[in-house]
Amino acid sequence: MADFNITDSVDITDVVCPVTFVKAKVALEELEDGDILSIHLNDGEPVQNVPRSIKEEGHKILKLLDNADGTYDLIVRKVGD
Amino acid sequence: MAVDYSALKAGGFMRQMQKNHFSLRLRCVGGTVTAEQLATITEVANKYGHGYIHLTSRQGIEIPFIQLKDIDAVKADLAKGGVQPGVCGPRVRTVTACQGGVCCPSGCIDALEVARTLDARYFGRRLPHKFKFGVTGCQNNCLKAEENDFGVKGGLIPEYDEDACIQCGLCEKVCRSKAIAIEDGKISIDRSKCNYCGRCVKSCPVDAWQGKTGYIVSFGGTFGNAIQKGTELLPIIEDEETLLRVADAAIDFFDQNANAGERFAKTLERVGWDKLQEKVEVAYHG
Ligand code: HEM
Ligand code: SF4
Ligand code: SF4
Ligand code: SF4
Repeated sequence: MADFNITDSVDITDVVCPVTFVKAKVALEELEDGDILSIHLNDGEPVQNVPRSIKEEGHKILKLLDNADGTYDLIVRKVGD
Repeated sequence: MAVDYSALKAGGFMRQMQKNHFSLRLRCVGGTVTAEQLATITEVANKYGHGYIHLTSRQGIEIPFIQLKDIDAVKADLAKGGVQPGVCGPRVRTVTACQGGVCCPSGCIDALEVARTLDARYFGRRLPHKFKFGVTGCQNNCLKAEENDFGVKGGLIPEYDEDACIQCGLCEKVCRSKAIAIEDGKISIDRSKCNYCGRCVKSCPVDAWQGKTGYIVSFGGTFGNAIQKGTELLPIIEDEETLLRVADAAIDFFDQNANAGERFAKTLERVGWDKLQEKVEVAYHG
């Protein structure tokens, strides 16, 4: 994760769809344009759907890090206010 | 007065169990009705019916309890508000569609637009028996393509652009068919596993997967008395022109080969699926 200057992080492994995306969206809303959010998420539905919804909202996905324990960290740069 | 029930049926009026009453079926394409049309339908249901409508299983609207004596007045009132009667009997029925391409983010094709094209081309066409078209936007199949005589399902044919890829690994994760593999930073796709769901295209953060629109077609589906799932006979179709050629071939085949009162699936069972296969392959290759 050294490549990214993470502004904030959010853990969405404690909720299920559709709240996963809602939680990530709320975390993104609290950031400024250009800030970087690290989202901790589960394998399965979350990793299949959340990144795509974030892309559709217009944010920039920089990297998906596989923690090899059934979770991932999705690194997102916020686009817009 | 002798009532011509088959003419009424052709015009969407379904005879009810109550004497001299009809449930009027309306022409609804892809389950889409404008607010203005709805206002007209409301007016007619209040004035001539029992103040309610029924939603049919295939996205249609019926206005029950229209009396025989009011039929002409009802048609005139509906026409003024831009509402047309539907059809029943041995004809091409309502073309159904989901909201893929209009609202739904999963859509790979504009399902409503395809439904409108099919409706304009075939709606009401007289055939040996009823014939149903349904259009669904993607593999999620909310519109249940395979329950139709001719089902259309949208797909995306993915193409990979290595230069754009940032190696994030998402596409491998989102592909439910396990068609994408990433090994030592190299991405490969197993085309035999790909079902054109488009998830890789829609998920890739840098659009390194580009999707070409396609149509997956199924034949001979039917629900009701004898349920049968439509069968895919062709590879994915890559343009609308070919789709329409294939649809023409299928419907002409049905017209020429079906016995009166025989659904497409039964015709195919009797005369042979291979006969249809030959026809649609010719149409597919232009
Ligand atoms: C980011 C948000 C969401 C995502 C990614 C999502 C994803 C999905 C997926 C993939 C399906 C299965 C579709 C299929 O395979 O046929 C589904 C079904 C469904 N979703 Fe969501 N969904 C989201 C939000 C919501 C919300 C907000 C609600 C309602 C509060 C909801 C209610 C449902 C229902 C009722 C089903 C049908 C379940 C069934 O058929 O048994 N979803 N969703
Ligand atoms: S079939 Fe696909 S495009 Fe159509 S509504 Fe369902 S998910 Fe959306
Ligand atoms: S279109 Fe769907 S099945 Fe085909 S490679 Fe992409 S994600 Fe996998
Ligand atoms: S999702 Fe896109 S950027 Fe990520 S690995 Fe796949 S092709 Fe590359």
